[in-house]
Amino acid sequence: MRVRDLFAAGMLFAIYSLVSAGLFTVLDAGDVALTEAAVGAGLSTILVLAVLTLARRYEHPVGSHNWLALSVVLVTGALLVYATLDLPEFGAADNPAQVHVGPFYIENSYRDMGVPNMVAAVLASYRSIDTMGEAFVIFAAALAVFALLSVRPRRDMPGVRRRHPPRSAASKGEEDEA
Amino acid sequence: MSDNGILRIIARFLIPLILLVGLYIQFHGEYSPGGGFQAGVVFAVGWILYVLIWGLERGLKVISLKAMYVLSAAGVLLYAGTGLLGVLLGGKYLEFYPLLESPHAAQQAGIIVVEFGVGLTVATVAMLIFTLFARRRSEWIAALEQDDPEQRP
Repeated sequence: MRVRDLFAAGMLFAIYSLVSAGLFTVLDAGDVALTEAAVGAGLSTILVLAVLTLARRYEHPVGSHNWLALSVVLVTGALLVYATLDLPEFGAADNPAQVHVGPFYIENSYRDMGVPNMVAAVLASYRSIDTMGEAFVIFAAALAVFALLSVRPRRDMPGVRRRHPPRSAASKGEEDEA
Repeated sequence: MSDNGILRIIARFLIPLILLVGLYIQFHGEYSPGGGFQAGVVFAVGWILYVLIWGLERGLKVISLKAMYVLSAAGVLLYAGTGLLGVLLGGKYLEFYPLLESPHAAQQAGIIVVEFGVGLTVATVAMLIFTLFARRRSEWIAALEQDDPEQRP
């Protein structure tokens, strides 16, 4: 399937995230499902729409096929499929994920902290420094966007005079979204 | 889009609900799925819905750009500061047991405080990134109009 309409591509990504969130719910991973629904389907879609107000709605058509890229994708995909043959059986009790630190958390987290949601206990207390790193990464993302976009556009900047902000993408995108 | 009655009424009903769900996910995260990250995103989305309906100018009256900068830094500092507090009270960095007498209460207090820091940072960073992108277009048009009024896009 090929989508040149960037608005449609953004919506497809949102649907994909929402379906993934449903899959995580079926697998009993409530925290991950909540994150996927809120971030993947919600926030990133809104950010894509906000960026689309600055870009054209349709992807610039490319004349020929890029056979090198296609072969790289095919070979990498085939290798990944081949690698899945070595994975342990899905959900088996003796998987490395089930016998490493998992049992320790299951046995000790309630006794250590009295917190029923084990995910919260692991994230905020056992693995607190990891979570602090995550928070700093998010803060760094805001700093990066601020560094790029806090400069007000001027006429003599490259790209500002030559190209007007495209109309159709923005207005249509926002109307459809609402 | 505030001239559309359906959107306005639905948003007026939904926005408090979304903000409430955000707070619930934040402070009930020890008992049910959730935590600071998800709660921050949900809370920010409530504000973004307000901006989509009533415009960025009114949205920035609710929380100014400066407040977003300050609060996003305050969130990570609250997290790091909680860790340092544990060190000052005689523990390791980000160890919560020294914070209070009872070990369970100490752990829960530590978790709630650091999750609140994460939520604060995530919510304000989401609002900040959205604002910076959303106002870019009007800045662009303003830059074009400033020097050359007849070449309006």
